[in-house]
Amino acid sequence: MEIQKTALYEYHKNLGAKFVPFAGYQMPVQYTAGIIEEHKLTRSKAGLFDVSHMGQLFAEGGSELSIELEKIIPIDLKKINLNQSKYSFLINDTGGIYDDLIVTKVKKGFSIILNAARKENDYKIIKKALGDKFKLKLYKELSLIALQGPKAEEILENLIKGVSLLKFMNGNSFSYNGNEIYITRSGYTGEDGFEISLSNKIVESFAKILLSKGAQPIGLGARDTLRLEAGLCLYGHDINETTTPIEANLKWAISKRRREEGGFLGYKIIKSNINGHLSRLRVGIKPSGKIIAREGTKIFSLDENVIGLITSGTFGPSVNGSIAMGYVKYDFAKPGTNILLEVRGKKYQASVIKLPFYKKKYVR
Amino acid sequence: MNEMKFSKKHEWIKLDGDSATIGITKHAAEMLGDIVFVELPENGSSVEKDGNAGVVESTKAASDIYTPVSGQIIECNQSIVDDPSKVNSDPENDAWFFKLKIKDKSELNSLMNKEEYDKFAKEN
Repeated sequence: MEIQKTALYEYHKNLGAKFVPFAGYQMPVQYTAGIIEEHKLTRSKAGLFDVSHMGQLFAEGGSELSIELEKIIPIDLKKINLNQSKYSFLINDTGGIYDDLIVTKVKKGFSIILNAARKENDYKIIKKALGDKFKLKLYKELSLIALQGPKAEEILENLIKGVSLLKFMNGNSFSYNGNEIYITRSGYTGEDGFEISLSNKIVESFAKILLSKGAQPIGLGARDTLRLEAGLCLYGHDINETTTPIEANLKWAISKRRREEGGFLGYKIIKSNINGHLSRLRVGIKPSGKIIAREGTKIFSLDENVIGLITSGTFGPSVNGSIAMGYVKYDFAKPGTNILLEVRGKKYQASVIKLPFYKKKYVR
Repeated sequence: MNEMKFSKKHEWIKLDGDSATIGITKHAAEMLGDIVFVELPENGSSVEKDGNAGVVESTKAASDIYTPVSGQIIECNQSIVDDPSKVNSDPENDAWFFKLKIKDKSELNSLMNKEEYDKFAKEN
């Protein structure tokens, strides 16, 4: 399949982006500032990300649609308010994760944001589950950009009155030069910010205006260091079809009613996980020195038995040190537990720590 | 010979009598991006031409460092281990990697001069 480009490809090119292929798209990994500087600019000012490679799916329907979707998405879709967003999963019959996603209740149904590498497969799974009863569409004519950081609110409010009133994980439709755009107060960086869904036709001019108001262009490299510092999972690395949400330490993303009542795929296994039949858990891991533990690094107990595997690891620019996440046997998951990491044949000391590595207050 | 010579693996080498200083080129540092970790060979260890002589890691990935000539390591630059970002800010000067006692000076003949390297780097 030919590599795809987002509607912002020329914009990235003109800004001096270094491109990498990601999930079938040519995406900017960094611009001229570099990953560390871009990371810090997002934490101190405002960063603008192109996440148009992600899937924007709309399912049309009322309460009947909620009932069907609840069979594959373990959140309370009956109680979700209009314009409210929830982080959840598309779940499989063994309690594993087909994808992690954000569901937003919109006027005519639900909007679901999907990972780029998973969106086509997700569409098939959801289509199969819903049948032909409900209209389902993966929008290719829409772009998605994220404005993240402490200055995001001020910059966006200047252009679009009212966005500052949005609470975290809530959205609304706004008008910009006669175009309808949908904005949610959300993101994946550990910062306050917004995700803006708008037509491919206006995304470039809109992005340029945001830059002229002080937003900085940020690539996928910094997006990865930002999300890891915030303790957030990257699909295909920290979670996949074989990890359950409970093992992934994401129990909070399954609504309480759903945890008790079930009625979704894989519930038997998830319920058993919740009841304490849990062999492993995703944890934060802090190497004691500068050594970086990449995905696939083996984790050992102090008496040198293998107890797990690193799923993400990098240098965290805001914590100014090496950070990682991975799965360890349940007995070793307690914060403060000392462990060893094997990198290039040598073992290095590390400890399990409570996520996130970096925490910021959200507007609620 | 005081001028720098360059390898196809993007290391530079500067000769001083029987010993030499080795580092990575500006081009290599730019390609790697922000460097956040450096591992250097052990003092006194022997290294073989084009063999492994350390590791650098950027925010994205780990890359091996090779030595352009064989020899025995006589000094390592601890300051780049303590502050890896120096490799990005001054790769061809202060941020040298290690010094070695050269085993066979004829190995230098296969290396490129600056002009040849610049052309090579542009094409690769």
